[in-house]
Amino acid sequence: MVICLTERFEPKIVGFLCRWCAYTGADLAGTSRIKYPPNVNPIRVNCSGRVDPTFVLKALSAGADGVLIAGCHPGDCHYTNGNVKTIRRFKVLQKMLDQFGIERERVRLEWVSASEGERYARIVESMTEEIRALGPLNWKSIVEVTA
Amino acid sequence: MTKPKIAFNWASSCGGCEIAIFELGAKLVDVASKVDIVFWPAICDYKYSDLEAMPDKSVDVTFFNGAIQNSDNEHAAKLLRAKSKTLVAFGACAYCGGIPSLANTTSKKKIFDSSYIETPTTVNPQRTLPQPIVQVPEGELTLPEFYNTVRTLDQTVDVDYYVPGCPPVGEQVGKVINQFIEGPLPSKGAVLGASEKSLCHECKRVKTERKITKLVRTYQTIPDAEKCLLEQGIICVGPATRGGCGSICLDANMPCRGCYGPLSNVIDQGAKMLSALSSIFDAESEEDIQKLADSVADPIGTFYRFSLARSLMRRTKP
Repeated sequence: MVICLTERFEPKIVGFLCRWCAYTGADLAGTSRIKYPPNVNPIRVNCSGRVDPTFVLKALSAGADGVLIAGCHPGDCHYTNGNVKTIRRFKVLQKMLDQFGIERERVRLEWVSASEGERYARIVESMTEEIRALGPLNWKSIVEVTA
Repeated sequence: MTKPKIAFNWASSCGGCEIAIFELGAKLVDVASKVDIVFWPAICDYKYSDLEAMPDKSVDVTFFNGAIQNSDNEHAAKLLRAKSKTLVAFGACAYCGGIPSLANTTSKKKIFDSSYIETPTTVNPQRTLPQPIVQVPEGELTLPEFYNTVRTLDQTVDVDYYVPGCPPVGEQVGKVINQFIEGPLPSKGAVLGASEKSLCHECKRVKTERKITKLVRTYQTIPDAEKCLLEQGIICVGPATRGGCGSICLDANMPCRGCYGPLSNVIDQGAKMLSALSSIFDAESEEDIQKLADSVADPIGTFYRFSLARSLMRRTKP
């Protein structure tokens, strides 16, 4: 096997995007042909409030280097206040992830409206660069160290 | 008909599960007359060599309590698996990691440093730490190797059934043992001696619309004995915990700490409790939400008190 030492680390980021704003915003980024890194694997959810903390932990423990949760701006939620519920969960989750030793840059909550394709692209860009600088998470290897 | 052969073992746990079996009281005599106890180190002088001498699959049921924290625990788990037709993870530690798996928030090195060097009552100028093998003039001495990460029984060997609880309540222990003597048994992988609903379903406290503006810890207050503890701002892990214990902690005016583990179809008990708790925060602005979140003193220790080894993350980053 040839290992190329100059190869860049490409972070794997799982994105949970709300169908009404963030996912549509990501679509707009695509149809507008805005260039941004291909590192986010988007998963469409009906509301950012649907994102159970289990999803985030599952992604991180199964090999993701980061998780992006994106929804409508507060006040603009399609379901009135689903995204406020997201904030409540996210704040406690952040505190717990600190305890697990996972850097704050790896798990982000962002607001992207359906018209903010450019904003979505810039969020993905900055998140990708921040996680690239941190390096791989590789949670399985952390669990498997027995010595 | 020959009597079923039963074994009990104690790995990394406090011994409370052994006491739970004695909670059967006089009924234990009855049980003992219906089964042959072939291995039970906690009450009689059994050795691994006794077990090794038995043919494989010759024990009908083994009740294994305790998590897997060292090479001795692992050896016992593998040996008992080979010798038993049915292996039961008995109690929170074998099932979910239990209290011992909170060691996964630290590391082997830190545990050794604090136990053998830093504690004020320890005098250890040579900084001697336990070693798996030590040469002394008389020969070689060995100790089990201590692991960095605590595992559940089923992360070590194949497990047939689970009995949750820290410890499993006496009444349920009787039922479970009877189930093995008289049958019928559910399919492999089932959780025995517990309910399929959350603890809230059997809790007798009055529950209304839950909204909280601040969290209170148990040492700061004497809670109202009739009202739901979560509504009083005390973190009670009942919503994310399997019922079946009879809500005995709640009857003693103490919150549920989650020893009966997650419900069926729940992957991660802590994540579910985190969700349940934050959903009752009575705060709209980011600032107020942050204040409430900051007041959750120890998320891992509170939400995963008995289930860190069985959680998705399993340990913290050292």
